This record gives sequence, C-alpha cells and structure tokens, in this order.
Amino acid sequence: MKAIKNSGLVVFILGLFIFTALLFEGRYELSQETFDTIVASKGYKSELFTNRMQDELVGVSFGSSVAMSNGIVSALEEVNQLHKEAQEWDKVIWDKPHNLAYEFMKPSLSGMVTQNQALFWWLTFGLGILGSLLFILPNVVLLGPAGIKNNGIFQSAATNRGWIGVFSFLYLTGFYLLLYFRPEYILNWVTVLDPVSKALSGNAASQWFLYGFLYCTVMTVMAIRMFIKYRHNAYQMLRTAVVLFFQIAFAFMIPEILVRFNMPYFDFKNAWPLDYDFFFDWNINSLIASGNIGVFMFVWGVVLTLIIVPVMVYFFGKRWYCSWVCGCGGLAETLGDPYRQLSSKTLTSWKIERYLIHGVLVFAILMTAMTLYTYFSGVDTLLGIKTYDLQYYYGFLIGSVFSGVIGTGFYPIMGNRVWCRFGCPLAAYMGIVQKFKSRFRITTNGGQCISCGNCSTYCEQGIDVRSYAQKGQNIVRSSCVGCGVCAAVCPRGVLKLENGPVQNRVDASPTLLGNDIDLLQQIKERN
Amino acid sequence: MKHVVIIGNGISGVTAARHIRKLSDAKITIVSGESKYFFSRTALMYVFMGHMKFEHTQPYENWFWKKNRIDLLEGYVSYIATDNKEVVLEDGSTIAYDSLIIATGSKPNKFGWPGQDLKGVQGLYSKQDLEQLEANAKESKHAVIVGGGLIGIELAEMLHTRKIPVTFLVREDSFWNKVLPNQESALINKEIRSNGIDLRLSTNLVEIVSDEQGRAKAVTTDKGETIACDIVGLTAGVRPNIDFLKKTKIDIGRGVLVNRFLETNCKDVYAIGDCAEQQEPIDERRAVEAVWYTGRMMGETVARTICGNPTQYKPGHWFNSAKFFDIEYQTYGWVWALPRENEARFYWEHASGKKSIHISFDKKTHEFIGINTFGIRLRHERFDSWLRQKAKVETVLEQLKDANFDPEFYAAHESEILEKFNRDFDANLRVAPKSWKRIFSKNQV
Repeated sequence: MKAIKNSGLVVFILGLFIFTALLFEGRYELSQETFDTIVASKGYKSELFTNRMQDELVGVSFGSSVAMSNGIVSALEEVNQLHKEAQEWDKVIWDKPHNLAYEFMKPSLSGMVTQNQALFWWLTFGLGILGSLLFILPNVVLLGPAGIKNNGIFQSAATNRGWIGVFSFLYLTGFYLLLYFRPEYILNWVTVLDPVSKALSGNAASQWFLYGFLYCTVMTVMAIRMFIKYRHNAYQMLRTAVVLFFQIAFAFMIPEILVRFNMPYFDFKNAWPLDYDFFFDWNINSLIASGNIGVFMFVWGVVLTLIIVPVMVYFFGKRWYCSWVCGCGGLAETLGDPYRQLSSKTLTSWKIERYLIHGVLVFAILMTAMTLYTYFSGVDTLLGIKTYDLQYYYGFLIGSVFSGVIGTGFYPIMGNRVWCRFGCPLAAYMGIVQKFKSRFRITTNGGQCISCGNCSTYCEQGIDVRSYAQKGQNIVRSSCVGCGVCAAVCPRGVLKLENGPVQNRVDASPTLLGNDIDLLQQIKERN
Repeated sequence: MKHVVIIGNGISGVTAARHIRKLSDAKITIVSGESKYFFSRTALMYVFMGHMKFEHTQPYENWFWKKNRIDLLEGYVSYIATDNKEVVLEDGSTIAYDSLIIATGSKPNKFGWPGQDLKGVQGLYSKQDLEQLEANAKESKHAVIVGGGLIGIELAEMLHTRKIPVTFLVREDSFWNKVLPNQESALINKEIRSNGIDLRLSTNLVEIVSDEQGRAKAVTTDKGETIACDIVGLTAGVRPNIDFLKKTKIDIGRGVLVNRFLETNCKDVYAIGDCAEQQEPIDERRAVEAVWYTGRMMGETVARTICGNPTQYKPGHWFNSAKFFDIEYQTYGWVWALPRENEARFYWEHASGKKSIHISFDKKTHEFIGINTFGIRLRHERFDSWLRQKAKVETVLEQLKDANFDPEFYAAHESEILEKFNRDFDANLRVAPKSWKRIFSKNQV
C-alpha cells in the first residue's frame, strides 16, 4: 500500500513536471491570414499598429511566448501612446495588451503539443489524475479504521507551512498570476484541452475553459480524498458529493452546453455580489439580446440574490450556499481541506476579517449602484469617479487578485477559506442574515466540552469555536460556513450543526456547565 | 486590595481565577511550575499525534492574562505557612495571601514496581511527560503500557499513530470493567484489538528490566513472560499531587480534605479539583474526583465563596465522556459496572459492534437512573432534565429522538432500540418524533 502511494507521488510529480515544462515548448508564428482575420474582426483603424505588426511580428517565428508577447505588447502600447498624443481617439486600441497578445498567439502556436493534443493530455492531466488517485486511494487501508485521523498533520511539511507548503503556495500563486495576467504564456495548457472544449461547446478552449476544467478535475480528485477521510461521517459525504455536483453541472457543463445552443454562458448558481459583473451593461445587454431565455436568466439572477439567498439562509444558515453549492467553497472544501488548520484564530485576525469582508461588500454595492446609475442615466461619471474605473479596479483587485491569487494561492499558508473569510461579499451578505435572522446554530452539548481545541484548530474560518463551547454557549457567528468539521473532530460529542427555532438560539447552559445553582434560593436572596 | 493566590494553573485554578475576576477586583496570582500559560491537559495526546500544536491547547491567547489582571508566576511551591498566610516557593521567595486556593491536580501512581524509575519509564500527565514521551518515542521499537484506564488507552492510541507496536497490560479480566459493565467493556476490548494493540488482560507487571545504561529494555509479567520494549508507560491511575503539603498544618488524607464549601481546616485556604478530597461524600460520587468537569465546577464554586457569597459545592447529576480510539463514549446519571439490587438493565448493541446504549432503571418504579452510550452522541440537557424530573425509562426511550446529538444525516437507531426494549421487557413503546418544544422545555423545569 505504501509502495502504491509512493509510486502515485512519483507519477503525479512526473505529470506536474511535464505540465510545467509545456510552458517552454513550441514555436509561435503569426501568419498573414490569421493577422488579417483578427484585425478585420476587431475593426482596428490604426495603420501604425498594422504596419508595425507587419514589420516586426507577422511571419516571424518566435521560440518563446515571452518574446512574442513582448513584441505585441510593446507595439500596442507605443502605437497607442502616439495616437493618444495626437488625440486620434478612434485609432486607439482599447483591448488589454495581454489579452490581445493571447488572441494573436493562440492560432500562432505550433509544436509537439498542437500535433499531439491527446497524448499531451494524458501526459499532463492523465498522469496528474492517475498519480493523485494512486496516492489517495491506499488511504482506505493506510488510515486505519474509519474515524478522525488527523495524525501527523502538524508534523508534515505539506500541511504545516513546511517547504512543501511553501512550494505549493508559490506554484498556486504563480498559476493564478499567469492565468489572470499572462494568459498568452500558458497556451500549451489551453491547447491540450481544445478537443475536450470542442466536444462540449463546439469552440476551441480558452484560458477560462482550462481553469474550469482544471477546477473540476482537482475538485473531483480531492473529493475522493474527502470521501475516504470522512467515510464514517454522512454529513461530510453528502455535502462533498453535492458541492461537487454543483461545480461540475452548474458551473462547468451547463454554461458550456448553453453556448453550444447559442444561448448566453450562464452559471445559475452564481449569485450577485459574488458574481460581481452580473449587472454590468455588457452582461445585461447580452442577456436581453438573447430573448426569453436571457430575460429569464436575468430575472433568476435578481430573484436568487434578493429572495432565494436570504430565505435559504434563514432556514439553513449560509452553509446551504458556502459548503453545499458554491464553487469557491467547493474548491476550499476539497483541494483546501488539507490546509484548514492553518487559518488564524487570533482576535486580531477576526477584527481584520470584519473590516475586510464588509469593506468588500460595501465596495461591491457602490460599484454596482454606479453601474446601474450609468446604465439607466447614461452618465458615466459621478463625483469625479468613472464607473468604468470602479469596475476595472473591482475586477482587478477583488475579482482577480483577492479571490484568485490570494484566495486560492494562499491556501497552504493561511488556510483554505482565505477568500470566503476575508473577501467574499456574498458571504458577508449572507453572514449578516445568518447572524441576525436564521434558524441555524452550532449547538453546544451542555457541559461536555473539555477545551481540547480540536474544533478551533480545524475551523477553516478561524472561529475560536472552543471559546463558546467551553462556556456552554451555542455558536452563532456570521462567518460560519457550516462545513461541520468542528463537530466531526470533537472527541466528546459536544457540537452539532442544527436548524431549530429562532428563540433559544444563543443559549448558555450554566447549570450544566458549573455548579448546580439553586435558582429558587437565589431569587429569595435577591428579594 | 485582597490578594488571592492560586497554586496550579489547570482547569480548576484557572476557572476559579476567571470567576474571581468577574466577581471582584481582587489581586489574583496563579503559581505554576508546569507551564506559564494555561493549557488543556486533555489535548496533550493530540499534540503528540500531530493533530495540533502545543499552542492550540491554550484556550486563551497570551494577552488574556494581563488584560484580566491575572498575574502568572512560574515556580513550584514548597511550603505553606498558614499562620503567617504565606506561600513559600522552592527558590525561597514568599508570597503573602489573603485567600489561598490549592489546585495542584494529580500525579501518576507508582506502586513500587522494581525498575519504575529507569529511563524510558514514564507516566502521562504533565507537559513535561509529553516532552519526555517525544524523546522516548524517537527510536522506539516497542512500548508496554501498564494499567487499563483512560490514560492507558490514550497512550496506546498515541504510540500507535507513530507506528510503535504497543503491548497493553491490564490487571482486570476486561478493559476498565470496574467502571464499565461487561458488554461495553467487551466492546472496547474489541476496539483496542482491531486497532492492532496487543491487549493482555488479567496480566500484571512484575518487573521492569534494565540494560547497562539504566534504560528499560524489557518487562516481565506474572504470566512468566518477558516482553522486550524501550518505552514503559505507567498509567495505573493518578493520585492527588499534594506531597508539598505534608509538613504544613493543612489536613490531608488521600487529597486535601475539604468541606462542602471547599474549605480546608486552615482559615482562608481552599482546595479544588483533582487534589481535593470531600470529607462528606456527595451522593454517589467519589471523595476524590479527577474529572475535568468537576474541576471546572469547583473553580466556579470557590470563586463565589471567596467573593463573599459562601456557596456549597453541588455538582448536580453525574455526566462524563471519553473516546476510545474511534468510539466516543458519553454517560449521564449512573450505570454501575454491576447492577445494584433495585436496578434493571436494558442493553442494545448495533450490528457493527461499534455502537451501543446501556440504560439503568429502577425495577419497581421504572425511574430512569442512567445511560451509557457508545458511538451515538446524546444531548446532555435532555438527560439532565429527565434525571431532574425523575422520568420513567419509557419516557426516555419514547422521546429518544429528542436526545440524539449525532450530526445530520447519520443513521438513526431509535426504532431498533425500542424494538429491542419491547422484546426484552414485553412492552409496546413507539418512537415519538423529535420535538423542539420538549427540547427547549428545560427552562421551565
């Protein structure tokens, strides 16, 4: 068993190595035909740009993505600079430089990978999946009988911020930086998935298809790990299966299939303000332009945020979304599970958390309000702030850097719910409902707590669960995503997630906790 | 300002300090030689197993003590001059007190076994014991544990997670059967063995054999066997940690003798927690109770007394819990190892052999007396309420769903349990649906 596990590790590392090496494979040559097609479809009016591209890039063979990207980006920026100085605004090209580079370079790529997409799928994704499964499946035997087996977690370099943790942090962060800001460097990864994408939506893969596919793959593999680890715990099994289903069906498959049938790409479970561009003009316009189905999607999105989300939080707590439906939560609960113990439990972290997450919520609301104001009034500036700038900075700072690079990249350092805990505006919104109007609570079982601290240690949201449990108080916290792991790791059966009557929700049981006070006697004394 | 000195920073002493701070403005000093900051002793095993780091066992952040004006003093107490109201530390310094709380806990029993002080031989109680175990486990090939109680089985689990083979010597003919009835004891025997522990029942330690360096290399048993080992865990119970009081005027028996107000024979000196011995036993409880929960209750009680509201220690209905490898155990009320004259028993065990409940009730009146539950979590408040109401066993069983505390979606066993009861006692009970109204009714009791 141990040997199988180790060979799995070797296979996985080999897959990861090939995957990484693909960044450096292939040649890039932009053909005249491709160039003309793209320029025509974009309707660029800048001859300077066309000429410069013709002179320096079209027909030239580049050995590295970086060199070609630099050529395109500097051409674009320098030409734009000249147009702006000359105030030729119609000639300025407003596309983001690296997205433009991506568009020119994707069809320019040739090499081993483009000729052997299936082979390289197996050598990267295939080996990665196979290796992971070989590494994970022997746990059925190696972990021993079903039960909580957190043995060695704080003695391992992978799960206790050791060198493996630091490496994972750098790799994940690097991946997100490339995905968001240098997509033209990862064309081989995208290319490997072209056949899969074509089968689904009919289109070639994009970097977002790569992300979606990788996301589902990683979640599936790590969900198998969860199923083994928590095979004694029905709550964990069911929750993991459901969140995986929502990711694969709702976040990945359905949108792709919608596109295949010429309908808008739409994730039915993604609620504003997590889905921060839902009210952006291009989204509203594209939905309305798609006829009845688009209008339905728009109405659904509004109803989801305004009615379904708060009503469900009232009945079940925000866990119904965060731990059962949400894609971010799904990744955190599968890929992130090995890191849950790294979230900080200090009071200082809690203070930072409250400022940050509510700050992001306010930012999202202001940005959306501005967007709608602009949409209906046509005025694009208010109090000297441009709606577009606000959207741009929200997208960049919150949408990309916070939720992606930090939110996931920092799993191995700060725990698996960095985004959900500190940044997600939807979590903040649901948290307010959960705190003040919900049937959900974690009940503390009388006086049974022994203050061991397993609950606090394994709370991914950094809640000091023990501080409530040892006082006999129920836990009602806006940040609780109801993952149920506190109750799972408790060795004395002290915690239970439940939905019950709102009265008595935050209830301490002093008589069970401490000395058996004679209540009648106390009343008499007071009188 | 009144000065309260507390010796010992375990759950009892720290609970006392916290409640004194809530109730008064007194100066509070906690003296401890074991560690500067309070930690949860019950969690030491999880540090060794890698579930936690030591810092996670500390329920309060380090700033807590200063903020709440609780002074922490590191050192061991060697003598208490009750006439001058002074505590003398090992380094010779003294501290004057107005009120003194002794909360020094327990230490592992040693029964004069030959070789009990060799290297590699240790108990498991303190932070220092954990550090010693960490050192002993480094190159260990085999461990022997002597003593079949809660600490023994914890130590077995700890070493097992480090892949160190364990032989577990238990004096009784079944694990912990002075406390657990036969059925539950047998269930735990199975659990121990299925985890790969070499459990030897009815086996006593005779001698620990030394190598040339004064290190344990083997043990011999009363079955004539010699078992090679490099760690010997002595876990044959604990006793009050009160040797430093022998020369003082404070009366001691097994522990520090206290009355119901937790007062000793010396004025303004109190004792709480594991080290206290009740002069008049409280209902069925033992005079010395080395239990987390009772330590906490005594701490709260003594705080009231010291802050001017003399309060008797009244611990209410007995409850306790433990975990044996993967099987959780909870108990409410009393289920003795052997039924008493007036008691009838009802036992149900799940086909998996990992879940069971055992109920004790009065033969004649059918009053519910107590329950042991293994592998099923039960709601403390429900059982406390039933015990207060002197509910009948039939009520408890019919409303058992109210008391279930397992996570959502877990398999329910109430119908199966009631069917068994109906068969055993020729009854006709039916499972009542869970009722939040009844669950919250405790407030009216």
